[in-house]
Amino acid sequence: MILSEIVNLLNCQVHTCGDKLDIMVKSACGADLMSDVMAFSKENAMLLTGLINPQVIRTAEMLDIQVIVFVRGKKPDSGMCELAGEKGIVLLSTDLPMFVSCGVLYKAGVTGRGSDCG
Amino acid sequence: MDNLIKKKYEIPANDFTAAGEASSNVRRLLDQLGVTPSIVKRTSIAMYEAELNAVIHGNGGKALVKIYEDRIAILIYDGGPGIENIELAMKEGYSTAPDSIREMGFGAGMGLSNIKKNADEFILESEAGKGTRVYITMYFDL
Repeated sequence: MILSEIVNLLNCQVHTCGDKLDIMVKSACGADLMSDVMAFSKENAMLLTGLINPQVIRTAEMLDIQVIVFVRGKKPDSGMCELAGEKGIVLLSTDLPMFVSCGVLYKAGVTGRGSDCG
Repeated sequence: MDNLIKKKYEIPANDFTAAGEASSNVRRLLDQLGVTPSIVKRTSIAMYEAELNAVIHGNGGKALVKIYEDRIAILIYDGGPGIENIELAMKEGYSTAPDSIREMGFGAGMGLSNIKKNADEFILESEAGKGTRVYITMYFDL
């Protein structure tokens, strides 16, 4: 699925890299525990999380995750946006909770097949 | 064989914002050198886990990185309290991280086993009161 469709489905606010909404997202991972994302995530282009700190961006960078969606109405601060912008990582936020966000995406065809987590 | 590139990074203590800076730099370097992406990813994960450990448990430390023609050798060391029982520390789920670190999304006791899983070679040396040394070697596809 093209990222711009995900932005519409989850009614996302785009915080960084708005020029990259043509990325294809086939699988995603949902987790608040970065330790688990590091240990179990495989080939995911997108991470959904309710955790807000700069290490979420670092974790995504190390794992080649191109898109982060902050759920439950959480918004990244300017420092996080700056770091993500440097790394070319798309930051999105949605007011939807984690369970609903994952359900909407799964139903639309974005599976978690690249991951054992979330 | 002489190493082609040698780097040294400071890992500041208790600075959770800067944690990962060394791993990020090494990642960029390997990308620039054209190392296979899957090897860059495994290297990044292993080094980042070790770097976080130095921040969380070791009161900060240093990372020494040597890149040879066929491999990268990473040493991350700290002068922290060391590990009393290495066998126990290697077990998935065992952690001595404080709640403040868990609230940041880390400290689930997966770090050392994840380094072992991703590294081609992994050596952990530690003694209570004498700090910890983590050696990671990754071989490039030639």
